[in-house]
Amino acid sequence: MATQTLLDRLKRSEAAQGWLLISPTAIYALLLLAAPLITIFAFSFMTDGYLEVVNKLSFCNYVGSCGSFDGIGEARVYQPDKYVGAWSDPIFRKIMLRSLTVSIFVTLATVVLAYPIAYFVSFHVKPERKPLWLFLITIPFWTSYLIRVFLWKVILGYGGVINSGLLSLGIIDDPLTFFNYSTFSIVLTLAHAYAPFAILPIFVALEKIDRSLLEAARDLGEGYIVSFLRVTLPLSMVGVVSSVLIVFIPTVGDYVTPSLVGGGKIPMVANLIQSRMLDLDNKPAGAAMAVSAMAIVALVSIIFLLLNRRYLKGNAR
Amino acid sequence: MKSGWLRGYAIGYLLFLYAPIFLLPLFAFNEGKIIAFPLTGFSLKWFQEMATIPELRNAFWNSLRIAVAASLIATTLGVFAARASTRYNFRGKGAAMGLIMLPLVLPDIILAISLLVVLLQLGIPLTMWTVILGHVLVCIPFTIAILNSAFLSLDRSLEEAAIDLGETRFSTFRLVTLPLVMPGVISSLLIAFTISLDEFITSFFLTGANPTLPVYIFSQFRYPAKVPVIMALGTLLVLSSILLLAIAEYFRRRGVRRQGGKDTGGFL
Amino acid sequence: MNASATTTKAIIELKDVQKYYGTYHALRGISTEIRQGEFFSLLGPSGCGKTTLLRTIAGFEDLSSGMLKIDGKDMDGVPANVRPTNMVFQSYAIFPHLTVAQNVGFGLRRERLSKDDMARQVGAALAMVGLDGYGDRAAHALSGGQRQRVALARALILKPQVLLLDEPLSALDKKMREQMQIELRRLQRQVGITFILVTHDQEEALIMSDRIAVMFEGQIAQLASPQQLYRRPVSRKVAEFIGVMNFLPAKVVGEVGGLAEVQISGLGRAAIPLEQCPAGVKAGEASVGFRPETVTILFDGDAARGHTVNGTVEEVQYFGDMTYYDVKLADVEKPVTISMRNLVGRKVLERGDKTVIAWEEGSLVLFC
Repeated sequence: MATQTLLDRLKRSEAAQGWLLISPTAIYALLLLAAPLITIFAFSFMTDGYLEVVNKLSFCNYVGSCGSFDGIGEARVYQPDKYVGAWSDPIFRKIMLRSLTVSIFVTLATVVLAYPIAYFVSFHVKPERKPLWLFLITIPFWTSYLIRVFLWKVILGYGGVINSGLLSLGIIDDPLTFFNYSTFSIVLTLAHAYAPFAILPIFVALEKIDRSLLEAARDLGEGYIVSFLRVTLPLSMVGVVSSVLIVFIPTVGDYVTPSLVGGGKIPMVANLIQSRMLDLDNKPAGAAMAVSAMAIVALVSIIFLLLNRRYLKGNAR
Repeated sequence: MKSGWLRGYAIGYLLFLYAPIFLLPLFAFNEGKIIAFPLTGFSLKWFQEMATIPELRNAFWNSLRIAVAASLIATTLGVFAARASTRYNFRGKGAAMGLIMLPLVLPDIILAISLLVVLLQLGIPLTMWTVILGHVLVCIPFTIAILNSAFLSLDRSLEEAAIDLGETRFSTFRLVTLPLVMPGVISSLLIAFTISLDEFITSFFLTGANPTLPVYIFSQFRYPAKVPVIMALGTLLVLSSILLLAIAEYFRRRGVRRQGGKDTGGFL
Repeated sequence: MNASATTTKAIIELKDVQKYYGTYHALRGISTEIRQGEFFSLLGPSGCGKTTLLRTIAGFEDLSSGMLKIDGKDMDGVPANVRPTNMVFQSYAIFPHLTVAQNVGFGLRRERLSKDDMARQVGAALAMVGLDGYGDRAAHALSGGQRQRVALARALILKPQVLLLDEPLSALDKKMREQMQIELRRLQRQVGITFILVTHDQEEALIMSDRIAVMFEGQIAQLASPQQLYRRPVSRKVAEFIGVMNFLPAKVVGEVGGLAEVQISGLGRAAIPLEQCPAGVKAGEASVGFRPETVTILFDGDAARGHTVNGTVEEVQYFGDMTYYDVKLADVEKPVTISMRNLVGRKVLERGDKTVIAWEEGSLVLFC
């Protein structure tokens, strides 16, 4: 006779099976992702020592003046006021602001430029040809990012491809400088690198739009532009929002492009964190910067999501 | 109508996307040492030089070995997670999956530096395995994305039918589930392999004495003399990426055909 | 219906079967017996628990409590892959990566037959469902109807004691469905095993089954032969679910000698035998039901049988072989539907025509 306890056993069984199955991956993530992140978070509240991190808690890595420990073991001595915390540090603020600004420009440029091509492939390409277009669009994404950034460095350099080409064609007399090792070149390189990221989410959202809605709008007398603005655009906003986040978040933390294309003179927050944490071996300070940067990115993303709430709600699948 | 200038825009956009990449073979076969116009002549010497550099060859083999290991591990862990996530419902599933997919929204550098710091604190030396560990972290969200859709498109009643006809859970997995998700598994392996080959940041921070190819390339950027060789290397890398992608796409389409499904296009 | 093919031996016994999904009570005490060799249907609206019950018999769901026996053996703890049942799934679940022959022979894999034996059996099974020569085709390239036959062959080749079918015809178009209904019935008679069919289509159940269990909300409302179900529905809900039924308000005046004295709006006074009062006889308000074909419109020259009342034709629906009339009766707001066969020489009435209706007690069912 089957009883209620058998039911309990079964319920535990599905959950147990599920947990068992996911455990290898979950444990991996726990050990190698969660634990290090928590460690970094913890470090940001500790004090810098010589080749070590000392367990003396303080907020100074975020705000205010920080001391650090010199010497090791018995000879360890605390020296106050050695450096300032992230938010009190004008360098961090300037670089963080620069990173945000660059990201926002990159995001704007990529998403705005990506929308028309996503629209084109979704609405003006025959269904059998769509995989081909998508394939062509994503190929650059799969080629070496490092090489692509390097190519832009080579293209935009003072004696680089654009300048030498324009010079030899006689279009200019002196090499152009506004795109050598400037913020503009960083923005351009990143926009190029993240272009495919921006196209795909918009494309997916556009594909999901029921074509008969547009036909209905036209049937009711709306012109093409109006039906785009009133039907297509709002319904594709989910894709636009994903697109924005997919470009914005990694761009803020990009390391390679500022180091190569910025000539080392235009660091972004990733370069700063690396230099603080590793080159200067100040882990608490670097940790605080990393946490602060992540917090800001999270905040900006959340605000963005909240502002676009109504587009996300309507898209219940 | 509208299609005309949109199509023009699309083609222009694609040209912009591919422009830098076209430069690679252009200057890889160029005789001159400086990457600038005008072109000085056709030459294969950069490719020849490339073949003679031992560090480059070592870095290449390192990358290959790491990519194979990383793709195998990431795909295996991905299969577990994707199967659990699509077939079972249990409390905390969202949280576990959220953690596992976190690398998608975290800048690579944070992942790499945090892991590095912890490894250093624990006194663990940096070897190829530390690089593999980092790569797997980065690849897992992608493998799960691919495998999720492979498991989801698998009709659950197929597995029930197999059991109804007398098979055990294991033999069902072997005879029905695995063959049907195999295209997804292969795609996952190829994608993870490609990501690992190109992965720079985690390699850069977690590498010991055996650099990967991207790390090697990065170290050569400061030497102007080495630039053309890098162009030659880059040309080959791009070609092989495209080849791998084409193979992955072929398998994906084959999988779709075998199941008699409709092609919705690409690794979305 | 061919009653002689079924025995009275119970192949499946269910006693107070309960099934909960969390707090949702899907099966609320199912107790019944299914006889060996019969074509048994579980009929009901979606959500009534019929598929849950089928899956419980198959072994894909466990009972929360109660007893399930197949061929006298308790199935508690017996996994699905061991039970003497086989299932045809709603989506057919044909393995797309195998050929038709590999699909059909899938369940025989464990028996380690010789290649020739296997081929022979598979060939026979395919012939039985009319798919001779389809063995080498890729399974995913078949039409819906063909897939269904492959699913049938695949299940029947294992000679189960019970074949379970989960809404097998719902994905087919009308013509295919009608064809398969006849096919399935023929197949069942040929093979002789017990078929249990789940469907929401009452027509389908009536055509194919020896007995039907009508289910609402996790319980069996009535278990009977199609004729019984149609003529003597046990409740208003069952009556409304099967076919079309007219309901007239009525008042039970009393009970005299095995007959219920009822005053029916629109028809008049009637003495209804107790066997036509499934819910018993209670004085007071009630309703009386009758099927459209059990009441007659009298044309000129027809002899009247039973009682007659006057009516007006409000709506006419001509179906070729039958005509359905909506007739308004005196004192009744909603018109009743009456069907008449279009016999040679019989005219078709028009809207507004005055007509005479003949009815008999034998057509009526009293619902108290």
